[in-house]
Amino acid sequence: MGEFLQTLFVGLRLGSVYALIALGYTMVYGIIRLINFAHGDFIMVGGYTLIFTVPLMTAAGMPAWMAVIIAILVCALVGVGVELIAYRPVRKKGTNMTALITAIAMSLFLENLAQAIPAIGPNPMVAGTFFESGGFRVAGVTLDYTTIYTIAVSAVVMLLLYVFTQKTKMGRAMRCVSEDKSAAILMGISVNKTVLTTFAIGSGLAAVAALMYIAQYPSVYTTIGSLLGLKAFVAAVVGGIGIVPGAMLGGLVIGLVESFSTAYISSSLTDTFVFLILIIVLLIKPAGILGKNVGEKV
Amino acid sequence: MRTLLKIEDLHVSYGAVRAIKGISLEVNDGELVSLIGANGAGKTTTLHTISGLVPAESGSITLDGTDLRKIAPNKIIEIGLAHVPEGRHVFARMTVEENLAMGAYIVRDKAKIKRQLERVYAHFPRLAERSRQLAGTLSGGEQQMLAMGRALMTEPKMLLLDEPSMGLSPILVKEIFSMIKTLHSDGITILLVEQNAKMALSISDRAYVLETGLISMSGKAQDLLHDDKVRRAYLGA
Ligand SMILES: Nc1ncnc2c1ncn2[C@@H]1O[C@H](COP(=O)(O)OP(=O)(O)OP(=O)(O)O)[C@@H](O)[C@H]1O
Ligand SMILES: [Mg+2]
Repeated sequence: MGEFLQTLFVGLRLGSVYALIALGYTMVYGIIRLINFAHGDFIMVGGYTLIFTVPLMTAAGMPAWMAVIIAILVCALVGVGVELIAYRPVRKKGTNMTALITAIAMSLFLENLAQAIPAIGPNPMVAGTFFESGGFRVAGVTLDYTTIYTIAVSAVVMLLLYVFTQKTKMGRAMRCVSEDKSAAILMGISVNKTVLTTFAIGSGLAAVAALMYIAQYPSVYTTIGSLLGLKAFVAAVVGGIGIVPGAMLGGLVIGLVESFSTAYISSSLTDTFVFLILIIVLLIKPAGILGKNVGEKV
Repeated sequence: MRTLLKIEDLHVSYGAVRAIKGISLEVNDGELVSLIGANGAGKTTTLHTISGLVPAESGSITLDGTDLRKIAPNKIIEIGLAHVPEGRHVFARMTVEENLAMGAYIVRDKAKIKRQLERVYAHFPRLAERSRQLAGTLSGGEQQMLAMGRALMTEPKMLLLDEPSMGLSPILVKEIFSMIKTLHSDGITILLVEQNAKMALSISDRAYVLETGLISMSGKAQDLLHDDKVRRAYLGA
């Protein structure tokens, strides 16, 4: 029972991080039908921003985790910049394939750019602690604060995102553009503004994910976003890419698969199980768990 | 009579495909004008170009003297031109009421939105009954009503209607056409594109016939309705 509970919470913690990242993939895909390969690298941007700004925060007498506010802003700026400089011009002139290649190029560019910055360099950097150690004892197991905070913060962030997309004007505009771009234009919605907002939010969520991830695994390196991004992308696809609740669900599924396969089967096969789940879901429901199997609209 | 919409020598191409090859047309304030023609004649292209979804190659389009080609596509609704696109394009994953709210996206005054919502519901009582239903689950006729209701939320001066009767049963076609007549008598200026030329001509003031990107005939709708060439080509008589 104790081990089960522990495993469950580890899965929820991992899943929360995947979900936050998956949201970025899914929101951008939903709105411009682009798989943003550079999204994983926004986690790296967030991670380094945290490493460099935590000392400023603590020097100012504030808790270390408050640095996430700066990380969110930096990531949002990078996301918006990537859209403005790279994606938008290519989308205007090119095809879906050129856009996809641009995204891959952007990912490599960000990783190499980071390495070229002297303060970063090729070796991993170690982050300090963000949350107090220790935790709650429940049913004979200790749930550490990092785990609890990660799950709680992700839940709150996702709830806010849900309210935003349902209740605010910009949120509704995002849903419209993602459903039917030309009809959205006829309603008076600015597609460019809506796409930029989507990038800002998606990238900001990556910063939150970065905080939660390095609070647990305090090492930041230039390719930190590769596997993490890939798994979150798998989560987005499993849940149904383009669908916001799908990213949340997919993230949790992948996190739980990972923790339970590690605990009960084999830790070296974890990633195999993640991709196995992807294949199984796609065989049963090609559009993902919450996806509707409709042909892509033109 | 004041000219509201004026198109002069408009050319539109999709890459190498020349869809509109120099058309001119006018719609006066308060008029109901229809644009008829065979499949692929360029009717939808004409409407898309007016509302900026497709760029014009050359020529001019003005609404009440304002050059529409200089206005961003999403700003066109702000000068009083609403477009009900072919195939309705309602937001399927939103409810009827959310769709109508999106129609009023540019309206800031909450009271005005509420008032317009009530007016649209009065025009289309069926939408009121289904306000919480997802638009994607509505019937074709209901979706058409929703698309029209959505376009009316800003109280536009002018409506562009692209094949509102497409795919509807004869009873619903009648219902939709009688609604168009009502809107017309309420004073809204309408440019109507239709496959159902007979019905369109019977409610219109004037009409233009579009043939592979060029206007081949124009005049009073009643005259066209009784013109032999039009009857043979478009009215199946
Ligand atoms: N996006 C596009 N790319 C290339 N060609 C297009 C595009 N849209 C329309 N066309 C072409 O332009 C011409 C006019 O098409 P349009 O849709 O305006 O016709 P229409 O009169 O509305 O026809 P229908 O009655 O079938 O709706 C056609 O030859 C069509 O194939
Ligand atoms: Mg058409």
